[in-house]
Amino acid sequence: MKTIFKPLFALATASLMLTGCGPEASSHSGKKEAHNSGALSGSVAEKVYVAPGEHDEFYAFISGGFSGQLAVYGLPSGRLFRVIPVFSQDPEKGYGYNEETKPMLMTSHGMIPWGDSHHPDISQTNGELDGRWVFINENNTPRIARISLTSFETEEILEIPNSAGNHSSAYVTENTEYVVAGTRFAVPVPQKDMPIADFKGNFKGSLSFVKIDPEEGHMSIAFQIRMPGFNFDLAHPGRGKSHGWFFFSSYNTEEANTLLEVNASQNDKDFITAINWKKIEEYIANGVGTKEPAKYAHNTWNDKKHTAETVMEDEVLIINPEEVPGAIYFLPTPKSPHGCDVDPTGEYIIGNGKLAAAMTVHSFSKMIKAIDDKAFDGESYGIPILNFEAINYGTLEQPGLGPLHTEFDTRGNAYTTFFISSEVVKWNVESLEVLDRHPVYYSVGHLMIPGGNSRKPFDKYLVSMNKITKDRYLPTGPEVCQSAQLFDISGDKLELLLDFPTIGEPHYAAGCPADLIASKSQKIFKLDENEHPYAVKSEAETKVVREGNEVHIYMSMIRSHFSPDNIEGVKVGDKVFFHVTNLEQDYDVPHGISMIGAQTSELLIMPGRTETFIWNPKQEGVWPFYCTDFCSALHQEMQGYIRVSAANSNVPLTFTLDDDVPGTEEEL
Amino acid sequence: MKRIKLSVIVFATLFLASCGGGEKAGHEEHKADASHQTEKSHTKVSEADKNSGHGQASVAAVKGEEANALQVAKSIDDFSTLVAAIEAAGVQDAVVNAGPLTILAPLNSAFAKLPAGTVEELVKPENKSKLAFILTNHVAPANYPIKQLKKEAKKGRKLYMASGKYLVVENKEDGVYVGGTKILKSVKVSNGWIHVIDDVLVPAE
Repeated sequence: MKTIFKPLFALATASLMLTGCGPEASSHSGKKEAHNSGALSGSVAEKVYVAPGEHDEFYAFISGGFSGQLAVYGLPSGRLFRVIPVFSQDPEKGYGYNEETKPMLMTSHGMIPWGDSHHPDISQTNGELDGRWVFINENNTPRIARISLTSFETEEILEIPNSAGNHSSAYVTENTEYVVAGTRFAVPVPQKDMPIADFKGNFKGSLSFVKIDPEEGHMSIAFQIRMPGFNFDLAHPGRGKSHGWFFFSSYNTEEANTLLEVNASQNDKDFITAINWKKIEEYIANGVGTKEPAKYAHNTWNDKKHTAETVMEDEVLIINPEEVPGAIYFLPTPKSPHGCDVDPTGEYIIGNGKLAAAMTVHSFSKMIKAIDDKAFDGESYGIPILNFEAINYGTLEQPGLGPLHTEFDTRGNAYTTFFISSEVVKWNVESLEVLDRHPVYYSVGHLMIPGGNSRKPFDKYLVSMNKITKDRYLPTGPEVCQSAQLFDISGDKLELLLDFPTIGEPHYAAGCPADLIASKSQKIFKLDENEHPYAVKSEAETKVVREGNEVHIYMSMIRSHFSPDNIEGVKVGDKVFFHVTNLEQDYDVPHGISMIGAQTSELLIMPGRTETFIWNPKQEGVWPFYCTDFCSALHQEMQGYIRVSAANSNVPLTFTLDDDVPGTEEEL
Repeated sequence: MKRIKLSVIVFATLFLASCGGGEKAGHEEHKADASHQTEKSHTKVSEADKNSGHGQASVAAVKGEEANALQVAKSIDDFSTLVAAIEAAGVQDAVVNAGPLTILAPLNSAFAKLPAGTVEELVKPENKSKLAFILTNHVAPANYPIKQLKKEAKKGRKLYMASGKYLVVENKEDGVYVGGTKILKSVKVSNGWIHVIDDVLVPAE
């Protein structure tokens, strides 16, 4: 059946492409479907066409997975606008290469140039997106980053101690009180030398609650719950009536330490952990919890000084579950649940048991009643296990194979991705009926509806993020481009509109209406607010200063020259600092700079910003530098020279622009 | 064509406030600011602009951003003839370009000095290229603040204009002269400099 279906579908697609007025989409069975919209409005191309000069309706922030970055796309066009460097160095923007941003990548293990970015989530106020920040987690070296949606730059990165595989993260509560971080790979806490086989009962899975400062967004670990060594996978905050609770899915409640693909699939049910964080706040206010030593990096960008700073933190507040009775419960959920998704009303908690034959829907109201009634089926490590029947609203039988993640619309419907059967299924949460299904190409992981993790989804589009693309694009060697697909979900049926390529692995996404952010977007950095210690505010301030074997160049750039642009008296063995300020105060006029032989990236400097790179001249000669960003009609002229003399030379240190020392022209 | 409206405040800043600091007497230098020019918060080409085929000149000003040469010229009544000429010649897009540009901007009174009927003749569609040639003789494709012009004079370097012609720069007792006419005022714009003059620099041929 499957093998017949594929060519059939391809044929249907081909006819669709050729006639341009055929059916909008084909159903799962391969039959052509006439949708309600009819031929006139049936042009799929029109729905994703954003005419030259027009803007997209939505922003989509799609994590780059193993690229470590976050990419910004427009919907419905699928156009890539920007790649925001977060956890990986980006030579194009100088991120992690220039002296100002290097501290952003500092960790307790030292500077790490790469990360695995996973789940972006946009800040909220009153359960609705507020468009201030996007948070995103790093899986490999557990970290959470905060990105400004004004500057589209990473402003803060907080390392998470006592954790490994920071996967169930970086989801925000409905007033951005907390962003969470859960441990996927249980580890000894604190770390110690011990046999791996002694995992069970001895390894721990930390669940961290990171407090967010409501004004500046600064992050700090409020408390860390020391849970059993399960693999905490994904998480979702409660909202509305369930606000104050957080839900974490887990697998490997077997606590296997080898061949998990078999050994972690033995139990019929794993757990969703429900945590009443408001109750834990009360316990902490009453003195519960223990501060324990922990070493973790906290990197903060200072937008006035244009520089990041690392503070090595040294302790974290630990909460053991037995200290907070009534705050933590286990919700039995079949077969290694991946997604753990709460609907916009806060009532339904969906367990996407990735090996289960059914979708599990728990009820928050029933959960509260079960807690009150003490409807427990024993406990695990002292944590009560709620009775499945007592909390379960119902199950959606045989919806597909390999459910991973569910998002919601405003009409009571859920949309679930199925990895193995490679499809998105639309179903009604209350009636537990499948309403529609549509294949994706191929093997979908997560999906995104703008505003999905909030009380107010903007349910016009759905983006599926696919793991495999095979024949969907022109081949480019062994790996085909990574890809997302756009669906129109405004009607009764899912309508596939577009495939679009993505950076890295499109792992997870957050989206919002464009007008929530666009008008606040930063245009320039004001020169008179620049507090970088090496900034210059005018060409007259530019200079070169020698301090021992360090040479500090206070340089400016403006269309279309550097000041100074002729420097002599630099010696082999010197350490030359280029501190470069872009004097432009005009929107969209960055300049770049690069120096031959500099063992680093270029600098790409926004108007009003100051950045620094270091050059170690190793050879006598006269060496050029130039502007790397095509800035103006005279971009090619934007260049300069540095004369490098022997280490014992007595060539005096001089710096000029057009034969004069900058700032002395008035004496002409 | 989108009209850029300058508030009284900006106009005042432009003409009354001094920010030249080190500038010599007899010369005023100003800085333009687009922050009060428009409520529009993001740049977007309107339907009308797209249909009329206008390019970068139709990008709206952004709050907090410096105004470009055309936006500044349009905001000042004394440049109304110049602006009309720029539009008639269809060179708007060139004067909003990232540049950098140095524009010698003749006042209305400069155009009035031309023989009677000259302006009326030049703005006719059939004289579009002739007008464009005259206008480009007022634009140098480079950044020349007044102190750089003084330096040009001192070093005996001529100013290369977009028309392909060269203008002589002179330091005189009462100020800097370009092409034989005195620079009255200077305004920093986002894409370079505007130097105000009271003559139209018509190329020899």
